[in-house]
Amino acid sequence: MAITKVVMPKLSEQMDSGKIIKWIKKEGDRVQSGDILAEVETDKADVEMEAFGSGVLRKILVSAGDKAPVGALIGVIAEEGDDINAVVAQAGGGAPSAAASSAGAKPAMADRPAAVPPQPKSEDHAERTPSPSKGPESPGIRRAQETVAQQPVVTEMAPRPQAPAAADGGRVKASPLARKIAAQSGVDLKLVHGSGPGGRIVRRDVEAAAAAPAAAAAPSAAAPSPALRPVTPTVTGPEYEDVALSTMRAAIAKRMPLSKAPVPHFYVTSEVAMDRAWELREELNGLEGQPKISVNDLVIRTCALTLLHHPGVNASFQGESIRVFHRVHMGIAVALEEGLITPVLRDAHAKTLAQIAVEARDLAERARQRKLRTQELSGATFSISNLGMFDVRDFSAIINPPEGAILAVGSVRKVPVVTDEGLGVGRRMAMTISCDHRVMDGAMGARFLQDVKRLLEEPLRLLV
Amino acid sequence: MAVMTYREALNLALREEMRRDPDVFVIGEEVGLYEGAYKVTQGLLKEFGPKRIVDTPIAESGFTGVGIGAAMVGLRPVVEMMTFNFALLALDQIVNSAAKLNYMSGGQYNVPIVIRGPGGPAHQLAAQHSQSMEVYFYHVPGLKVVRPSTPMDAKGLLKSAIRDDNPVIFIESETLYNVKGEVSEDPDFLVPLGQAAVRREGTDVTVIAYMGMMYRAMEAAEELAKDGISVEIVDPRTLQPLDTETIIRSVRKTHRAVVVEAGAGFAGMGSEIATEITEEAFDDLDAPVARVTGAQAPMPYARSLERLKTPTKEKIADAIRQVCYANGSR
Repeated sequence: MAITKVVMPKLSEQMDSGKIIKWIKKEGDRVQSGDILAEVETDKADVEMEAFGSGVLRKILVSAGDKAPVGALIGVIAEEGDDINAVVAQAGGGAPSAAASSAGAKPAMADRPAAVPPQPKSEDHAERTPSPSKGPESPGIRRAQETVAQQPVVTEMAPRPQAPAAADGGRVKASPLARKIAAQSGVDLKLVHGSGPGGRIVRRDVEAAAAAPAAAAAPSAAAPSPALRPVTPTVTGPEYEDVALSTMRAAIAKRMPLSKAPVPHFYVTSEVAMDRAWELREELNGLEGQPKISVNDLVIRTCALTLLHHPGVNASFQGESIRVFHRVHMGIAVALEEGLITPVLRDAHAKTLAQIAVEARDLAERARQRKLRTQELSGATFSISNLGMFDVRDFSAIINPPEGAILAVGSVRKVPVVTDEGLGVGRRMAMTISCDHRVMDGAMGARFLQDVKRLLEEPLRLLV
Repeated sequence: MAVMTYREALNLALREEMRRDPDVFVIGEEVGLYEGAYKVTQGLLKEFGPKRIVDTPIAESGFTGVGIGAAMVGLRPVVEMMTFNFALLALDQIVNSAAKLNYMSGGQYNVPIVIRGPGGPAHQLAAQHSQSMEVYFYHVPGLKVVRPSTPMDAKGLLKSAIRDDNPVIFIESETLYNVKGEVSEDPDFLVPLGQAAVRREGTDVTVIAYMGMMYRAMEAAEELAKDGISVEIVDPRTLQPLDTETIIRSVRKTHRAVVVEAGAGFAGMGSEIATEITEEAFDDLDAPVARVTGAQAPMPYARSLERLKTPTKEKIADAIRQVCYANGSR
């Protein structure tokens, strides 16, 4: 009793997608492990694809003549009575149907088999003559199908990165976790130097490679030749010290370049008159039995409400589509001794100021005690970073991917302002939104910011 | 809450359960007049009388059989083994009768018996009295096996064992009887069977250990914290049924695991737990699961050799460094 996922095998190093020339078996056929299922055309050769599980070929997801990315589910082998809906749905649940036959090679998304729309039954594969299909039998094929013990739900199975091409023969030694991370971050294990016993690639090696892909490609380039070492003037004490990365610092170091490099940031800054919001806050905080409201709580509620009207800002770039969220899960950056962490206040749009104040304080508190649950650290749709307490006028923040934007909030400052009567004193606060240009444009960010400003300047609206 | 020894916690559990349920009785060698070889039954004869605190001849198979028979007709015997090594003499009663009667009678009989006493290596008790006896029992379908590491667990788990309708093997340790800790004085306080406890939270490696080994792992963890290695310690508390969920959850977080067991490693608890981890969390592992176990040899009497045979703090720390790839390169 097992469900075997048939996935597009990686048959050469450069291959990122393959075309089904023809299915030898059709839906409903009983197959034995070792039977030839289909013929696949790669950039190099046409290759026969074997079955690595026995049962009935229940479903063909990519018809003859169509292409599928490496790792994508193209068929399912299972017993007659097995429920394969979950497996099939997994394959169909991704981005909207990208025409799998498009000629341009898509980047292989190893962790998320690209969506291939389930095809209607098509047994009409006679139109293509079977090509001689005599590519060299790659050992890689065998790894392309994964047999999963029958569970109620077939859990996520990251396709294993390929064994190296037959040319150099050796298998890349890597821990299972290292393989998983490599598959998710697109790191080629063959280029990674393993620091474990016998050269085993372990997690830290892959993470280092993901953070510095160039360095991984040429690991020896970094070592300076002794001749070039400068003579240091005599100073007291060591010239520098290397402080080991804390786990958190390492995670930040790894994640931030993942944002700044591939995500094209743009910034829009605006200034808000905070006089009325300030008064409102003082008044609320004067009430007995009410939780204390911070300026940031006001900003959270304002942004949450405004995002509902600007869904384009509450959105995430998904490669071939933009995911627009209908709920606001607010990431709140919390500074810690050793770094920063962004707990998530869920459904912020549906919460009152008091609820936000209580929850935000609790999240920040527990963030400082390192007591957050993992689910409280992911799933934000938008984030706020507030450095107001450090007397910061304004700054810009780095987007926390896969979110589409982040708002950086400065201090509320007393400044001279021009009024109808002349010169007065007002409270002003600068906000800068960093936006992912792949998701939105300057005007969209500006309009959102304008509405945030309006709402904060008419803060009674936050109460209704 | 009160601070008391592990021994006193067991005594309190027995006392409370005997007061609560007149069907509970204690039987074994020296449990009455002598008040127990390790004084776990101190004062019980005085409070409950000789009908409920029964001294027996030196005949493990016999008095275990008496206990099983009593359990079949509705009593709740607590059988004391002076040391669990002596349970070998009663193995047929335990394995073939206690464990199987419920199944073989088609559910007509159940055997709510607790068999308890100290086991595992202690200090210079030599080859015949230092064995980790749990391995003989957790393999047998129909038996539950408990190894409580703290006074709190000693009390809460013994009470749960007495209230359980199935045979429970409850193995204490000579080395822990004087360990002190907070214990709930609530007569309804129970620790459910089959639930592991996270004794220490950490992020880099999960160490699974119980009884004396758990305390050694704690010491190793303290030491490694100075090197920046954050160790999480999971104490299974019950070996059968084993709370794999808690273990797997921890390993998914830390990506590395070390299993410590006092007895010989071959086909031991460490093998079982390592297999469970490999089956359930393979893709989360950054290193093979390591085992630190006793050597495959009888326990020597000499103190120096005893140390060589048994997992020590140093051996545990070495294994942790090894799975963290922290051998000198850190």
